[in-house]
Parts: sequence; structure tokens; C-alpha cells
Amino acid sequence: MKFPLSWLKYHLETDATLDELAKAMTMAGLEIEDIDNPAEKFADFSVAYVQEAVQHPDADRLRVCTVETRDGIKQIVCGAPNARTGMRAVFAPLGTYIPGLDFALDKKPRKIRGVESHGMMCSAKELELGEDHDGIIDLEGDWEVGTPAVTALGQDDPVIDFEVTPNRPDWLGVRGIARDLAATGIGTLKDVPVGEIEGTFDSPVTIELDWPEACPVFMGRMIRGVKNVESPEWLKKALTAIGLRPINALADITNLISYDRCRPLHVYDAAKLEGGVIRARKGRGEADTFEALDNKDYAPGESMCVIADDARCLGLGGVMGGTYSGCSEETTDVFIESAWFDPLITRATAKATGIDSDAKYRFERGVDPESCRDGIEYATRLILEICGGEASHVVVAGEAPAKPADIEFPVTEVKRLTGLDLPRDEIVRILATLGFEPKGEGDVLTVGVPSWRMDCSLKADLVEEVARIHGFDHLNATSLKRLPGRFEAPATPMQLRARYARRALAGRGYSEAVTWSFAEKSQAALFGGHGEGLELDNPISSELDVMRPTALIHLLTAMQANADRGQADAALFEVGPIYLSDAPDGQRLVVTGVLPIHADRHWAGSRQPDVFDIKADVEAVLNAAGAPVASLQTVAEAREWWHPGRSGVMRLGPKNVIAEFGEIHLRVLKALDIDGRVLAFEIVLDNIPQPKKGNGLKARTPLEKAELTPVRRDFAFLVDKSVAADALIRAAKGADKAMITGVSVFDTYEGQGVPEGQVSIGLEVTLQPREKTLTDEEIDVIAKKIVDKAVKATGGSLRG
Amino acid sequence: MLDTSNLDTLERDVLDQIEAAGDEAGLDEIRVSALGKKGSVSLMMRELGKMSPEERQVMGPALNGLKTRLNDAITARKDVLESAAMDAALASETVDITLPVRPERQGSLHPITQVMEELAVIFADMGFAVAEGPDVEDDFHNFTALNFPEGHPARDTQDTFFMKPDAEGMRKVLRTHTSPVQIRTLLKQKPPIRIIAPGRVYRCDWDQTHTPMFHQVEGLVIDKEANMGHLKGVLLDFIAAFFETDQVEARFRPHHFPFTEPSAEMDVKYERVGAGVKVGSGNQWMEILGCGMVHPNVIRNCGLDPDEYQGFAWGMGVDRLAMLKYGAPDLRDFFNSDARWLAHYGFSPLLQANLATGLS
Repeated sequence: MKFPLSWLKYHLETDATLDELAKAMTMAGLEIEDIDNPAEKFADFSVAYVQEAVQHPDADRLRVCTVETRDGIKQIVCGAPNARTGMRAVFAPLGTYIPGLDFALDKKPRKIRGVESHGMMCSAKELELGEDHDGIIDLEGDWEVGTPAVTALGQDDPVIDFEVTPNRPDWLGVRGIARDLAATGIGTLKDVPVGEIEGTFDSPVTIELDWPEACPVFMGRMIRGVKNVESPEWLKKALTAIGLRPINALADITNLISYDRCRPLHVYDAAKLEGGVIRARKGRGEADTFEALDNKDYAPGESMCVIADDARCLGLGGVMGGTYSGCSEETTDVFIESAWFDPLITRATAKATGIDSDAKYRFERGVDPESCRDGIEYATRLILEICGGEASHVVVAGEAPAKPADIEFPVTEVKRLTGLDLPRDEIVRILATLGFEPKGEGDVLTVGVPSWRMDCSLKADLVEEVARIHGFDHLNATSLKRLPGRFEAPATPMQLRARYARRALAGRGYSEAVTWSFAEKSQAALFGGHGEGLELDNPISSELDVMRPTALIHLLTAMQANADRGQADAALFEVGPIYLSDAPDGQRLVVTGVLPIHADRHWAGSRQPDVFDIKADVEAVLNAAGAPVASLQTVAEAREWWHPGRSGVMRLGPKNVIAEFGEIHLRVLKALDIDGRVLAFEIVLDNIPQPKKGNGLKARTPLEKAELTPVRRDFAFLVDKSVAADALIRAAKGADKAMITGVSVFDTYEGQGVPEGQVSIGLEVTLQPREKTLTDEEIDVIAKKIVDKAVKATGGSLRG
Repeated sequence: MLDTSNLDTLERDVLDQIEAAGDEAGLDEIRVSALGKKGSVSLMMRELGKMSPEERQVMGPALNGLKTRLNDAITARKDVLESAAMDAALASETVDITLPVRPERQGSLHPITQVMEELAVIFADMGFAVAEGPDVEDDFHNFTALNFPEGHPARDTQDTFFMKPDAEGMRKVLRTHTSPVQIRTLLKQKPPIRIIAPGRVYRCDWDQTHTPMFHQVEGLVIDKEANMGHLKGVLLDFIAAFFETDQVEARFRPHHFPFTEPSAEMDVKYERVGAGVKVGSGNQWMEILGCGMVHPNVIRNCGLDPDEYQGFAWGMGVDRLAMLKYGAPDLRDFFNSDARWLAHYGFSPLLQANLATGLS
């Protein structure tokens, strides 16, 4: 909302400076967005007197002027045809930025055809204060040299633009702004009566309200014999200042009142009305098709409120009128509408039609329902003043919706909610200056709410008014101390998992990224597709139109982007959400990482990561996140976007998959335009089981240190290539759980000496004797058990 | 006939040989020729038996002394030779230690993560826990329960992302703020409540300072006496702690949010220092967060009596805090995963924000 300072001062008596007013607005909640202050913008320009203008010795079109300026007498070479002795002009000293030319004058005098020029005299266009470029500004009036140019030009009215919060439609009228400012004590609200015009005849047009929910009150009045002239200067200037284009007096008057009082009106050309009745009713679809003032056709449906006569729909009530019944220069008789339209219905209509208008903007936020009378009287007075004519009596249909209810207000609420300790009288004073009616003697007031403050219905609303006007500056900042008693670290197990997982990966050389929660539908399809209910209705772009089922998409494409920038080995990870369904529990926190299979070049030999490197990373993260890694089963059952022979999952039991890792399938990489091969993993932190609750003590169980030296024995088994090494290891481990403390694979071999289709796997088994050293016989017994178990589990044999 | 002068000659002779020995094999030959079974000294020792007691009295100790001294000399020479041999062997293993090591990737943590951890530490010190909620929300939690009336213009200010309507025509939304976590917390937890809720939020907007996804942190205090003075105190303490400055100049400005009443925005003074921003002092105001007393309707919507319980809430941009504190100029870069940016603006995993060792 924009308004010029002069307009505000029409309602507010104040000596405050612009800065003081701006501060008062800000601190009362009217957040300044911009102040266009010509006095500041044109501070360098001032009135000068041309003592003498003589012909330039070497140029026909130039004059050499001796000019009296605020900086003394200056010689200025001027090319304007109207430069003459004795004129008053606008002077710009050397170095001044000229907005209309978008350049700054040289700081040193320039010679023009041999004559030095010490500044410039400007045209209106050069100041962007008009189109006139035929000559320099020739000021009317006897302005003193040095007077600011904007003052002499009548352009010294600053325009303030501020944000109107949706709860305060009354700020969409300048008077409403003045009222709040007056309450802050920076001035007083002037009594500006709208005037009351007695009608001289009965309106030939009457009003019927067929849909009171949408339009409960409608006042109208006929004015006969008007002349829709061009508006007077003051009116045109006021509208121009707020960015409105003056049209004609009737249109301009309604616009003025809309911005002055937040009171939208409509004026019909009465000659176009048929049947003598104007009514507010539900739309009838195609039958009501009309052309609105935006020159588009609309067919209002039954959810919309139209204004109609017997013959046709004239417009959308509170939103936009129609061209047919609009006023033109030929209009002589008019019918003024001053009605109130329901905010929700107005808003729904505007949304459905896409129409934006000043009236709609106000009605959807809530116009003062009791402003119909003032609005119509104000409009009548201005029309009679500017356009002449004769007014009818006012026709009133319906009743204004009820005022907001009184609020029972214990004044102690102010202290309870804000800590501000204000005397009762001050609370009463603030409420009263804002237009509230505080009644009652004790500490519980009964507060009447003004009709324009429909946002106020609760005690807290009044507390806000009091605190806001008293000033939030006075709030007594009080530190919040921890609650008494022991403070338990508040981090949840999931938060800790995420934290440790991050640090484990960053410590292993991965850089943490944060990528979009959205993904492209076709790319999500490469990873099993997006979850049900997770397609956006209004995506920001077609590339981000579903919620991601995996974080791999963005990490893979980001990896490629990094490679394209010359960083082919960057490893990335993200700890963030993936979305399985639109239910509150349909989101998972996953740790996702990508590692390009990129061979480094090094004098000691090249290395490149393989699937066992990524498996090591996964195990490191799982350990860090507190997963029971030893109990996890690794199986080659990763989903279809993974390399069928170089990927797997780690799961707990048959169903709970905690991690998936390996190479990404080449088909997926191709679809995503990724060069080379990539290792990746995805760990679902939610799937890690909660650790069992202990006894609450942090003491560890005593350490058992075996005194005897462990014994190591090697075995080589021939097994079918389809046998998982893990099965062999588990079988060996299970042979004697008490004695066997470790099984590691020291060799795998296939080729010469190993039958086709088989592989030789070498295991080193560690036996830990507890009470006495093992005899050879005892070791042999365990060895036999190991072989038996392994053979039974894998169908293999001990390699001879 | 033996006498000690012969021994002196022998000793000098053998010691010279030991000193001249070039390797361990040569040294051993000398040992054998002097002290071996048939060595010169051993042969003389055999002569002792044939001597008179008087002679033996002289020659016995002399020979034993000689034997000891020769053995010592051999051992010493052996140490020298061994050490020299080791040095020679090691010398042959010399490498050029100026050759570069195999490069290791340097991992890092994202600044958003860092800032969230800093928030958790600062607010934990004031007794706040960290709460969470889902990104895909329903209308109730994101709007209705937060006192956004159906069809109210305030809903328009949120640039909401909607999911396609389901079979019943219901549309889920992407949460436009972290405030739904207030509702979820109030519905399942009894006051007193002190939480912060950092997380992803979504608005349909994209330019240098807006991305369709960004991060907010919500704060909520509900008890029987938390008032706006406490709100101001908490936020001033937070700004001072976060920006690590003693002098914070801030102002509270009335504003409007549907879910707070009274509502305010907080501005802090700042000044530009080079490419960065110094927060707390200077002469320009910067809006940093929105806050207010929790609206009675919100308290009521969560089953509590607003005449008994009261409190305050605030919300601010995590990414923006990161930009301000760590001087990253463009919000869009936060989500581009450019390895150069991550390395430059990221944080070491060894760094853990805490009160004892600092935030960063």
C-alpha cells in the first residue's frame, strides 16, 4: 500500500519529520517497504536565476549563461532554445547524477566550444518529472535561489510504501493508517467529515438482496444530471502519486475513496439499467456471461455473487464491474453502489476467475461493514462538487453484519502475556485511541470492538494492540534458564545415528551434500518410482515433480556435474529423507553415498575403489550408527537398479534390509547420462533396531583377557562358485562357538588345479584356549568339526 | 720360555688384526686363530700346566687377562661391523621422501548441518530438545491447527506446494514452515515444553535468495508463565551466542502471523565487512525471524486451556543463518553439491559444536 505524505497529513495532525513517521509506522507494525522521497532523490537540484544569457561566440545553438546559484555565480553553457535572461531554472552542479540521462556530470568544468561550463540547467525529462524536453524547466513564481527544485516544482511529496498484513484491511485506507499513528502519540487524528447530502427525490432504482450471505447490505443512490469531466488537479495528483492512472471524475472519485477509507464503491450508468431493480444474487453461469472492465468475458457460476438488473448481469459483486453499465463521458445519470461483500465468497470468486482488483483485495480481507453510509455520502459530495447533478434519497437494502462482539478483558492479561506492567489507565487510553470502547470500572474491562477491526475477538488480540502501541521496545528481555534438576541430553537415538553416520563418512573422505527432496518422475522410475500420493500438483519445474524415492538421483547427477567441472573423484553423501508414502510415517531418514570408480594416477601405482571399498564404508557407517553389524547378513539381493553381480544388501533377519550397496546398474547410469561406473550405498537409519535398554548404568562388563596364546590353523575348501563365502565363514565359526574367536579369508583362488566351476577359499581360523593349552589331538578334533560343518553347509570339500 | 713380554707382543699383534678386520667373517677367523681350540692364546694356556707354580702365578692371570681383553675387543669390533653393515643395507634402501603421498579425499560436513548442530547446542543450554515432523503434511497440521482460517488470504502468502488430490479429493501439502511440529509436539507431550524443530520446508519460489526447498528452525516454549519478555530474552541470547558477539542490537517490530498473538519480527543491526556481514552492530536493520506468543486458538486446538497455558514460538531460516555467519552469498549454491563449494564452506568432521570448545 502506497500513499503520499500529504494524504496522510490530511487525516493526521503532526509536526513529525518523515523519518519519525517512518519509525512510528515500523514500530506500530506497518512495515515500511520503500520511501520514495523526491527531496532526497533530487537534493542536488535547486532553483537558479539566469542573470544573463548571451549567444555563444562559436556556436549558433548554444548560449552562455551567467547564473546565480546556491553555490554562487556560475557560467553555464546551455543548448536549450528557451534559455533566456531573467528566467528561473533548475540547476545541477558539477558531479550531479542526472536520472533522465543516466549519467553523472563531470566533476571538473568542461569546455564546450571553448567556453567553460560549470554545471547544467535541466529539463523536466532529465529529472524524470515529465516528458517535456523542448527546453529547460522555466519555473513559474518568484522562487528564491537555492530553493530545492522539488519544492519549486511542487514535487516534494514523499510516497511511503508499506506492507499491509492480511489481518489489517483498515490499513488499506489512509485514514486507518492515520488512526494507528495517532494512537502512537505522534499526532492527532483530524476530524474529517465526509459530509451528508440530503436527497431531493426518491431513487427510481431500488435494490433487492437475493443472497444475504454474500451481500448482506447494499446502499444505493441515484444522481441525475452529472457531467463526467476530467478530474481536478488535486484528485489526479493524489491518484498519480499512488500509481493509479486518472480516468474520469466518476472513476477517480471511487478510486480515491477506496484508498482513503478502504471503502470500494461502484458507479453505474443509470441509463443502461433496465427494470428499475438492481439485485445481488447467485450467478447463473452461461446466462450471466458479461464483459468485465478488464475486457474479458466471464460466466459467473452459482458460487459467485453477481449484481444484475432485470436484463443482465452487470458485474461480479465486490470484484469487478462490467463494461456495459460502466460510466463514460456521455453518462448523465448514475447509480452509486455502496455494499458489503463476504470475504470468503469474494476470495473464492477472485480465485476462480483470476481477477485481481482493488475492490476484491479489500473485500476479501474484510471491509468495515458499517462504512456503507459514509462511503455513499462521501462519494455523493465529491460527485456533486466535481460533476454537478442532483442526488436522490439513499436506498438501503439489508443490514450490515453484526459488529465484532465485546471482549471481556482483564487488564492483567497484558502482564501475563507480555510481562509489561502497564497501568490500567494507559491500557484504556491506548484502546480508546484505536477506536475500541473500553467500559467498566474494575480491572476487568468490557471492550467494544470497532466495526473495522474484525480481526479482534480475543483477549490476546487486545494485548497485542496495547503492547504494539506501547512499543515492543519496552519488552523486558528476560533470559530463560534451564529448568531445575538434572538436564538430560535431549538428542534422540535417530539424531545421534545421523550425527555419527555423517562424521564417519566425512572422516572417510566423503563430502556432505544437501539435495532436493523432489525428483523428476521419469528418473524416480529408474529407482522403483515415486510413492503413492507423492506427485506434486504444482511443481516448481517438470524436473522436480515427485517426492524422491531415493537420494541417489541427485547425488549421481551432482557427481557427474563435478566430473564435468574436472573433479572426477569427488565422493558425496547426504543424510536426508526419502519418501515412500504420503502418510506421516511414510518418510525415512537415509544415508546415501556415491563414489566414482575412478583410478587415481600415482607414482607408486594406480588404485581404484571396488565394491569391497564401498562395503567397508557401509560397515563403518553402520558401526558408527550403532547397528549390530556382526548380526547382519549380507546377501546378493539388491534391487534392479544395482549391478546384478556386484551389489548386495545387509539385513537383519529375512526382511529388515538396513543397507544396500554395490555398483549402480549401467542401464541406470546411462539413463542419467553418467559416464563411467559408480559405487553407491543407501542405509536406512530408521531400520536400525533400538539398542536394548540396559540397567541404566554406564559401567562395562569386566574385560576377559585370555592368558593363553591363540592358535591359528589354515583350511582351504573347494566350493561351488555359487556358494557365498559368508556361508563358509559362518559354518566354520559355528563349529565351536566357545573356542573359535575368529575366521578370516586369506585367499580365494580359481584356475589351474581347481575344477571348473569351483573356487578354492582359504580360511584362517583362530582358536582361543581358555584354561589350558590345546593338545594336538584336541586341535584335530576341532579342525574336523570345522571341516564337517563347512562341507555340510556348502557341499564343498577340503582341498587336498 | 713364556714370559709376559711375549704376551704383550701377541696382544698387540692380535688387537691390530681385530682393528683391521673388514667384516664379521674375517673377525671370526682372527678369533679362531687366537682364541679357538688351536689358537695362539689357547695353546699358551695349555702350557700353564707345565709351568712351575711360581711361573703359573704370573702367567695364569696374564693369559686370562689377555683372553678377556681380546674377547672384549672382538665383541666391540663386531658391534662396529654389524652397525656398519646395517647402515650400508639401509643406505641401499633409500627413497626420495620428497615424492608426494597418495592424495586422500578430504571429507566435510555441510554448513546447514553445522548450523543445525550449533542451534542444538545453544538451545540445549537453555533446556530445549530437538523435535521433528514429516515433510509431507496435511492441511490440519500445516494450516488449520495453526489458526490459518480456511480461505484466508494468509494462506496465499505461503506459496504452498500441493500433492495431486487423492481419491477423496484431499490434497497433502509440503510443509511451508516447521510450525506443524509445534502442533505435533503439543498433541503428544505435556507442558512444560521447550523444543526447537529444525528441518526442510518448501515454498514455490526460486531466485537468488529463495529456493523451493530450504531449512527452518522452529522454537516453542509452553508453560504457565512464559511471556514475551522471555521470548525477547531467549532470542537475544541466541543471537549473541550464535554470532559469537557480546553486543547485539536488535529490535522487535509488531507483525502478523496467524499462529501467534501478539506477533513480532526481530531485526538485528548489521554492517558489511568485506564480502561478509557482521551481525549485532552497524547501522542497518536486517529482518532475521518471526515470532510471537502462541495464539490461544493454537493452544486450544491442541487440547490445552489458553487461560492456563501460554508460551511463545519463533521461526527462522537455517540456511540464511548459515549464509550470514559463514558468508556464503548465494542460497542456490547450498543445494548444488559442487565439490569445490562443499570443500570451501564445509566443516571438518572433527569439529563438534559444544559449549566447552566453541561452536566452530
